[in-house]
Amino acid sequence: MGVVLVARWQALHLERETFVALARSLVQIVAVGSVLLLLLRGPDWTSVLVLATMMVVAAHMSAQRGRGLRGAFVVSLSGIGIGSGAVILLMTLVGVIDPALTSVVPVGSMLVYRAMITNGLVLDRLEAEVRAHAGWIEAGLALGARPGVVVGPYVRAAVRAGLIPGIEGLRSLGIVWIPGLMAGMILAGEDPIYAAVYQFVLMAMSYSVAGLTAVVSAYLVRGALFSPADQLLVRPGRTPGG
Amino acid sequence: MTATTATTTTAATTAATIAPRPPVLQTRELGRVVGGVTLVDAVTVQVERGEILAIVGPSGAGKSSFLRLLNRLDEPTSGEVLLEGQNYRTIPPHELRRRVGMVLQSPFLFPGTVAENIQFGPRQQGSELPAETLYTLLEAVGLAGYAGRDVQNLSGGEAQRVSLVRTLANRPHVLLLDEPTSALDEATARSVEALMVRAIRGQQLTALMVTHNPDQAARVADR
Repeated sequence: MGVVLVARWQALHLERETFVALARSLVQIVAVGSVLLLLLRGPDWTSVLVLATMMVVAAHMSAQRGRGLRGAFVVSLSGIGIGSGAVILLMTLVGVIDPALTSVVPVGSMLVYRAMITNGLVLDRLEAEVRAHAGWIEAGLALGARPGVVVGPYVRAAVRAGLIPGIEGLRSLGIVWIPGLMAGMILAGEDPIYAAVYQFVLMAMSYSVAGLTAVVSAYLVRGALFSPADQLLVRPGRTPGG
Repeated sequence: MTATTATTTTAATTAATIAPRPPVLQTRELGRVVGGVTLVDAVTVQVERGEILAIVGPSGAGKSSFLRLLNRLDEPTSGEVLLEGQNYRTIPPHELRRRVGMVLQSPFLFPGTVAENIQFGPRQQGSELPAETLYTLLEAVGLAGYAGRDVQNLSGGEAQRVSLVRTLANRPHVLLLDEPTSALDEATARSVEALMVRAIRGQQLTALMVTHNPDQAARVADR
């Protein structure tokens, strides 16, 4: 409620979005808890279906951040799918994540969530950068530069923006905040050192997911910015195809 | 912009009677419609070698939209463009844009020095402009000694001249000028205009300029 009041006071126009997000998250988490209760009694292979569904939903939500970009959903699904999917698979194969449904789904969901946040940040930042620098991008194209060259600095800025939350999280880990997983393990009576190491491993995995997602999404979204004839499709006040 | 058909007789075409050569640039019924709005309407025009052609019209008439079609920053929805007799869709976009250079209304210089901006185009082709050529080009537009300057410290007129040199460094066959002096005050605009014409004539370039100023068109263009 305080955030809503501040948003209104500062004319941020976030009141509705904040309220909807809060209400939605409450319904979602209760619903997910109920679904998990049923799912966690199922065979382990169903974890693949659960995580795949999470990735599709995450891609749909994340693509909203890049609404002005052609093929934002496909880019998001690829970035999230490859970024989180590869890390989950690898970590499960080497035994860091227990393949049991009760373990792989909760841990995997955290990684899918990180991929979703990263992908959203990359798309949002890249679209904003390209719109703000359309004149320079077209000046470069007009001089015979390839799209990858002219948009390169803005892609790098978008990848950096996508990685900042992960870097800040790692930097402040244990000093500014004690992550939920570690706190939960300690509250459940687990050895704090073991809980800390497990949390660190999760953070490292999360950062790997963010890095992979940012690179894949940024690489793929470059193609959505230009037509086959290397014409910039995203310009101020213009949507693709406009 | 409405339909225009133009032919010309210049010294260049007279010379071409020995071995007929196609016009440097030719458009046939070139048009662009976006969301039901006609931006460019069936323009047919040809520009001969060494000619400066001015297209005059009020703001919003589609002049800039027409120029953007010529180096394919935008895609025509009808008609065709021939560059030295060749359909320009058969030329890779980056190569076409090197051959059909464009000076935009705003200079949009890249962060860095004047020399780095001028080297941008040649570097895209994997080459480097010799320092001597770079200095000669700068001298031609009254910017001798500016090579090492940071572009942030240039005035509007200087920036626009650097933009012109940056395009010329690509050795284009055709130069497109999109109201290149419209953002400058009258005195600076006149000075930039004179230097621009001198540079174009000096390199015997073919140029197409759009302007809303009929007096400027009369001063600069052959027709």
